[in-house]
Order: sequence, then C-alpha cells, then structure tokens
Amino acid sequence: MTTKNVDKTGVGKPDSRDYTKKRSQLKLIMYRFSKNRLAVLGLCILCVLALCAIFADVIADYQTMAIKQNIMNKLQPPSAEHWLGTDQYGRDIFARIIHGARISLTMGIGTVLTSLTIGSIFGALAGYYGGKVDNIIMRIMDVFLAIPNMLMAVTIVGALGGGLVNLLIAMSISSIPRFSRVIRSSILSVRDMDYIEAARACGTKDSRIIYKHVLPNAIGPIIVNATLSLANTILSISGMSFIGLGIEKPMPEWGSMLSEGRAQMRYHPNLVIFPGIAIALAVLGLNLVGDGLRDALDPKLKN
Amino acid sequence: MSDVLLSIENLHVTYRTDEALVYAVNGVNLNIMRGETLGLVGETGAGKTTTALSVMRLLPDKIGKIEQGKIYLDGLDITAATEADMRAIRGNIVSMIFQDPMSSLNPVLRVGEQIAEVLRIHNDKLSKSEVDRRVDELMEMVGLPKERKVEYPHQFSGGMKQRVVIAIALACEPKLLLADEPTTALDVTIQAQVLAIIRELKEMLNTSMLLITHDLGIVAENCDRVAVMYAGEIVEMGTVEDIFEEKDHHPYTVGLFGSIPDLDKNIDRLTPIEGMMPDPTVLQAGCPFYDRCPQRMDICNTEKPAEVMKGTHMIKCHLFSNVEKAANVEKVGEV
Amino acid sequence: MSAPLIETRKLVKYFTTPRGALHAVDKVDLKIERGQVLGVVGESGCGKSTLGRTILRLTEPTGGDILYDGVSYLKYSEKEMNELRKKIQIIFQDPYSSLNPRMTIGQIIAEPIKVCKTITGKKAIDEKVLEMMDLVGLSRRWINAYPHELDGGRRQRVGIARALVLEPSFIVCDEPVSALDVSIQAQILNLMMDLQRDMGLTYMFITHDLSVVKHISNYIMVMYLGQCVESAAPEELFKNPLHAYTVALLNAIPRPNLSFRNRERKIIKGEVTNPINPKPGCRFASRCPRVSDKCLQQDPPLKEVGQNHMVACTLYE
Repeated sequence: MTTKNVDKTGVGKPDSRDYTKKRSQLKLIMYRFSKNRLAVLGLCILCVLALCAIFADVIADYQTMAIKQNIMNKLQPPSAEHWLGTDQYGRDIFARIIHGARISLTMGIGTVLTSLTIGSIFGALAGYYGGKVDNIIMRIMDVFLAIPNMLMAVTIVGALGGGLVNLLIAMSISSIPRFSRVIRSSILSVRDMDYIEAARACGTKDSRIIYKHVLPNAIGPIIVNATLSLANTILSISGMSFIGLGIEKPMPEWGSMLSEGRAQMRYHPNLVIFPGIAIALAVLGLNLVGDGLRDALDPKLKN
Repeated sequence: MSDVLLSIENLHVTYRTDEALVYAVNGVNLNIMRGETLGLVGETGAGKTTTALSVMRLLPDKIGKIEQGKIYLDGLDITAATEADMRAIRGNIVSMIFQDPMSSLNPVLRVGEQIAEVLRIHNDKLSKSEVDRRVDELMEMVGLPKERKVEYPHQFSGGMKQRVVIAIALACEPKLLLADEPTTALDVTIQAQVLAIIRELKEMLNTSMLLITHDLGIVAENCDRVAVMYAGEIVEMGTVEDIFEEKDHHPYTVGLFGSIPDLDKNIDRLTPIEGMMPDPTVLQAGCPFYDRCPQRMDICNTEKPAEVMKGTHMIKCHLFSNVEKAANVEKVGEV
Repeated sequence: MSAPLIETRKLVKYFTTPRGALHAVDKVDLKIERGQVLGVVGESGCGKSTLGRTILRLTEPTGGDILYDGVSYLKYSEKEMNELRKKIQIIFQDPYSSLNPRMTIGQIIAEPIKVCKTITGKKAIDEKVLEMMDLVGLSRRWINAYPHELDGGRRQRVGIARALVLEPSFIVCDEPVSALDVSIQAQILNLMMDLQRDMGLTYMFITHDLSVVKHISNYIMVMYLGQCVESAAPEELFKNPLHAYTVALLNAIPRPNLSFRNRERKIIKGEVTNPINPKPGCRFASRCPRVSDKCLQQDPPLKEVGQNHMVACTLYE
C-alpha cells in the first residue's frame, strides 16, 4: 500500500539489536537475574541447601549418624571424623544439619505450595469478580489475618496433635490470607489495564483473558512472595520446633537442635552456632533470590 | 547588581545506570535576566528537566552527575555550593514546580501545613500567627479561598492542586522559578487559568522564570525569550520575535512548527519530522539532528556546528555558519 | 439514503456511586455516516471516553439505543455481539498500558485473529501480521520485540495495527495521540488520516485538543458533563462558535502566534461541577458569562441553528 508512513528510524545507522529471532521471556528474565550478583549468591546458597536435602542420605547415613545415640562420643568438638562435632547424645551435628535441610525445605515447600494454591483460588475470584464476592472472601481472610501467625499455628497443632502433617496444615492455614491478598492485588492492578479491554473488544472469553492476559502479568509478585514466604515458613518451623511443637524428637530439625543445644551453649557453642547459621543462610538465600526475582521480573521498578 | 540572574556555562550532565551511561545534557549555555521568562522548548528526552534539576542540584543521587560546566545563580556558584548552601537556597531563592500535581503534594498533610512548612524552613524567626497570616495571603493570591487551607490534597481538583504548588513555590518570593511543564497534565481551560495566575504573580514579584514546555503556543503567550533544545544541546535561542517572526531557523525548529496542527491554517497534511531522537547513550560527534534533518550536509555528521549569533538570535547549524563565513570573506576582499 | 453506519439515540450511561448516580453520558444523539470522521471534543469528566466505550458495549449502556447500519445491537446476544465486534474496534490513548507486556508485537497483532478465528493456519496468520505491520509503517524487524522495547509512537502503531487486523468498518479512537510527543503526534495523525482515506474507515475521534480535531474531522461534537452542547462542521464551529463553553475552549487554546500574545483573554472561571445527581437546568450555568434565570429551570434542548449547526443553549431556543 502506501509508503508514505514508513518507519524511517534507524535509517543510515545500523541497530545492532536483532528482533527477528524469537526470544523467550524466560531467557530474558534469567539474563536479568544473572546480572544481579547478590541474587546469584542467594541462588548458590539455595542450590547448596537443595543438594544437601536431596543427597542427604548419600552424604551421611540417617540412622547411624543423625539419630543413633552414642553417649561415648558426646559433646566432641569439631574434628576430622565429626566435622562440626557431636551433640549431647553423641550424634554428628553435620549429619543432623544436612538432614535438617531436607526437613526444612520439604516442609517449607509443601506449606507454600498448599497455601499458594488455595490462596490463589480465593484471591483470583475476589480480584477478578470484585463486588460482593470480593467483600465476602476478603473479610474472611481478614479474620484469619487478625490472629498472629504463631498463635494460630500453636492452637492448631495443639488441637490436632503434633507431627509433620499437622504442622504443615497449621502453617498453611496461617499463610493463605497473605497469598490471597497478593494475588488479589496483582489481579486488580492488571484487570483495569487497557490491554484487557482490548481483548474484550474482540470478544475474548473471560477464561482466555485470565490465563493469557491476567495471570502472566500477575505472576511476578506471586513468585516473589512465594520465595519470601518460604523463608518465613522455614523460620516459623524452626520457631515452632524450638518451643517443642510440631517436629517430634529425635528428628534433626534446626529449630529443635537450637532448643536442645541451649543448655550446652556455654561450653559447647557449636551445638547452637551451626544450626543457627544454617537457618540464617537458608533465610538469607531465599530473601536474596526473592529480591533478585522481583527486580528481574519487573525491570522498570529498578530504574 | 548585574541583570543576569542565572547563568549556565557549558553544562554537561550524565546519568549512570547499571546498563549504560546516558549523556543527558551536552554543552548547554544559557542566561536568564532578572524579571524575564525564558521558555525551554523540546520533546521528551531533550534534557530540559535535567537542566532544571541541575540548577536546583536535585539530580538523582549517585546516578546523575554534573560532569562539566558552571551554574551561577545571583552571583553564587551553584556547581561548587555545599548541600547545606543548597538547602538554604531551595524554596527561598529558587523554586521549582513540577508537571504532575497529583504527586507533587504530600497526601497526608493539609495544604495549609505544606505551604507553612516552606515558610518556616527559611524564616525561623516568624511567629505562628505571622506564618498563618502569610499562608492566608498566599492562598488568596493563587485564587483559592483561605478557608480551604485545612483540607487535604485529595479534596482538590488537578488545577487547584497546581495552584497550591504555585503558592508553595512562591511563598518565600524566590528570584527564580523553574516551571517544568506545569500545565501539561491539566485541561486546556484550567491550563489557561493557571498560566494566568503564574503570569500575574511573576509580574507582581518580579520573578524570573524558566518555563519548560513542548507547547509552542504556551511559549508564544508567556515567554520573553526562547531556547530550543534537542538531544541535550540548545540548537536555537532568541527573543520570542526571533523565534516566531524571523525567517531563519534551525531545521529542528522548522520541524516543530510543521508538526503542530495550527487552528488558524488549513493544511492538508502535517509535515512531521521523520525518525526519532538519537540514542542518548552514544555521544554524537557532529550535529545530533543529522539523521532527521532534511537539509543535512556531510559536514554535519562529523563536526559540531558553532553557535552563530545574529543580534539576539542564536542558531547552532552549519547552514548558517557558512553564511557568516561567506560574509567575512567578502569583507576581507573589499578591503 | 442509506442508514448512518453508527447511530445513537438518547444514549445514557450512569455509574452508581455511594453518593448517587454519576451521569457520565446523558441522552446523547449522534449519527456517523460511512467513511466520515466525527470528532468528539471535551475536557476531563465530559464523558467522551465513556461514550466511546458504551458504543462498543465495553460498558453496557444504562438506557437509549445504539445502531449499526440501521440495526439496533443493544440487545445482541454474546454470539451476535462477537460477530459485530469484528466490524467495530477501538484504539486506546495510553500506548504504555494498551499492550500486554508479556506478549511480543507479533502475538499482540495476531491475538484478535486467533480469538475471532477469521484466519486459520500459522503461515496465513503470520503473513497477515506482517501485512498489518507494513500497513502502519512498522518495520518488520520489530515482530518479536516486546512492548517495553518500543517507544510511544511505535507502540501506538501496534495498537492501530491490532485495531485494523479484523478489517473493521468503524473505529473509536480514544485520544490516540495525546500521550505522544509533538513530532510523533504528527506522524501518527498523518498515518490515521491516510488509513481512513485509503480504506474508507469511519472514525469517532475523541480528543481534548481542538486543533487536532479540526484537522481530522468532518463534523465535531463538543461535550460537557455528559451532554452534547454544540455540534457543527469544523470550519463553521471555529468561525462561529455559539455555546459559551465552545467559545471558552477556543479562547483557552494557546496559539503559536505572537499576534495573540496580548489579546484580551476571556478566561473562564471556575471548575467543572459534579456530574453526580446533577440538578435540572443547564450544567454550564455556574461558569457561563451569559447566564440568566431561565438557564436554571431545565436542560436546554439541542436545537438546529443554521446549516447542520446544533447548539444547546437558552439563548438559541
């Protein structure tokens, strides 16, 4: 047709960027993430933890090293045989920390996935449909939010009894309101965008609008929150175990290790220092990754 | 006491981000006399806001930097001043009003309180009743009923918010007002009201003004002198008569005039400028308008044009430097 | 004589707010003939954007009727409406929020085709997308770029391509150049005018900028607080504005011409009043320099005064 309005920018000066190749959004996000050194550090920490969790049995046998009590060996300082020493029951601290990683990560991921799924459903319904639906759902969530996390978890565990599953239920319930809020506000911010109206202007169905236009844009904050929530959950689990709820002894959970080691702290600080460092590293790693993801997913925020 | 209130000499400003170094302002020279309004015209990315922020020394910390050049305000060297010096000047000798009235005011403070704040910062000897009286005076000056000083910003419309912003800016009767597109976000009838107030107050207080805008109509009605900015450089400068009535202009200025649909003319098609502003991360060796100039010559790509003066009219373009050179040659021949 | 392509009869759109009904669009009649451009002018709060969206049924009208080619589509079912949507489209104001940041330019332009299934087969769709990009003057190399990699002018071209891909007859252009730089505005305006002439499109061109609308329209409608206060052909409206609001609007426009510098500017006072539960009477009365008691009694009706020149004012009843 007409050449009158041809885009004459860049005439004469070659633009080195080539847009003809298809580049996936994912690669772009990974690239941006990789440029953030702190985030990459966080990712390395997480990878180490994940490897520990996955290969725990290979690194240190569960029964012999982490669980079996060996009074003869008790309270040994760090040595070639026991890298971080032994605790008051003669169990290898290093082995217990490695296995503790498995427990913390599994429980943490389980909790986050559960609360994320349930929270998303409620939050999406509230955000997309608004009005009465929104009001009812959010007021119920407000009730749960009004109760302090730990208190609610303690109550539920107290009522249902101890054990991993109950702990998971307790932690999930306390995290659901947070996720439903995040998803709801994510969707609200996207819902009134012009490109959603443009989709409606050609008759796009609601379902396609949600999965093709709303979710891909709302997912950023969701991922970031999930990562940070995981950090919180690990901390909470440690806290719960510290006060004796949830994880049953002799499972090597970091928080319960802290609790048990308290009495020995003065002369054998390695019993509390190393589990403490493990908790701190896990939480730090997750926070760094969470921040890095947030910056990588929405580069505009940074500038 | 000199007539020159603000003097900017060879200003170079850069922004340093993680990804790139942006050359925002590249060798700007301009003066503003006492009581005069200088219009700074250009499009997004030309460097107008950066220039104003440099005068206030409000460039973003760690990212913006004045690489070179000097700024003198009422005899004081701004570029060498300490932060404490600058705090004493801001709001007092020089004020700035920004484009978006919605985000210029603190939403949790009453408007009267916000006006009073600037008064108290620069006049700590004033008593509470004197401050109150002055706030009332300022509200009336900008055409707002003084009873409304207890209200919050969200209770005002866009135009009224901008009036509050003007009251805050003029509270300490500054010598220079920097107005960065003060009416772009407002409706055209409200724009007319706000510009009228600014004009009135300017006259009353004999304030100089740097009016940044992309609207040539606003320039024609409000400014005494005009500077046209492109890609960090001032390509043309002169009195309003020079810019609107003289026939010689920088090709960019010609392009700007050709882009605006004029109410008084009946033209079939607009003649826009083709292309876009050059990449600000690349320092241009020659004239930055080279790519888009319909009258470009080879020399324009390699050599920066000199600032050619014709009385009060400055044009930075090779097209006119030749005329100058030719005139000089003739003169020599005559002798 | 054939029916106008788009017609509204006493079109009404009210929003319910906690403080009462917000009269966004109040009994607006308009007719746009095929191939013509109607310019709709007004300031913020006048309802022009709501009018555009209501005509497209992106928000449902509260009352009145809307017709396409003489047939009412107010009560069309979802299926019938989806059929009609291929013929009526919209271009948005903000090039930064009208494109999905997670989709490439190619995907954005192809999306309407995929939803309406007007073309099938990947190759055919890709070809159509490239054709549209050429049509709006967008270089083909941007096809896999993401919106944030393009500037405002190019993004707006993408929006135009998306609106044209279903080959509509009528397009609502909601302030399509307001968010762009002056020289880019001119490029996009030229593009839109060329497309309109070459493809015989019908536009409803919404803007607050009178100088832009004079350029592109065959007929102009001035809106204030949800009502049409004056309408006429461009030359007539500018030469002979009758309604006090039109006069004020024209007076307020800054002219790039020194001869207007020291003119006596009759700057209108006051601000736009509240469109919630408006009292009967002319809505412009509180700001009108020619107001009389009669103005406060009832809404002045739109009357024809001269060649196709309508005005709603008690002075012309």
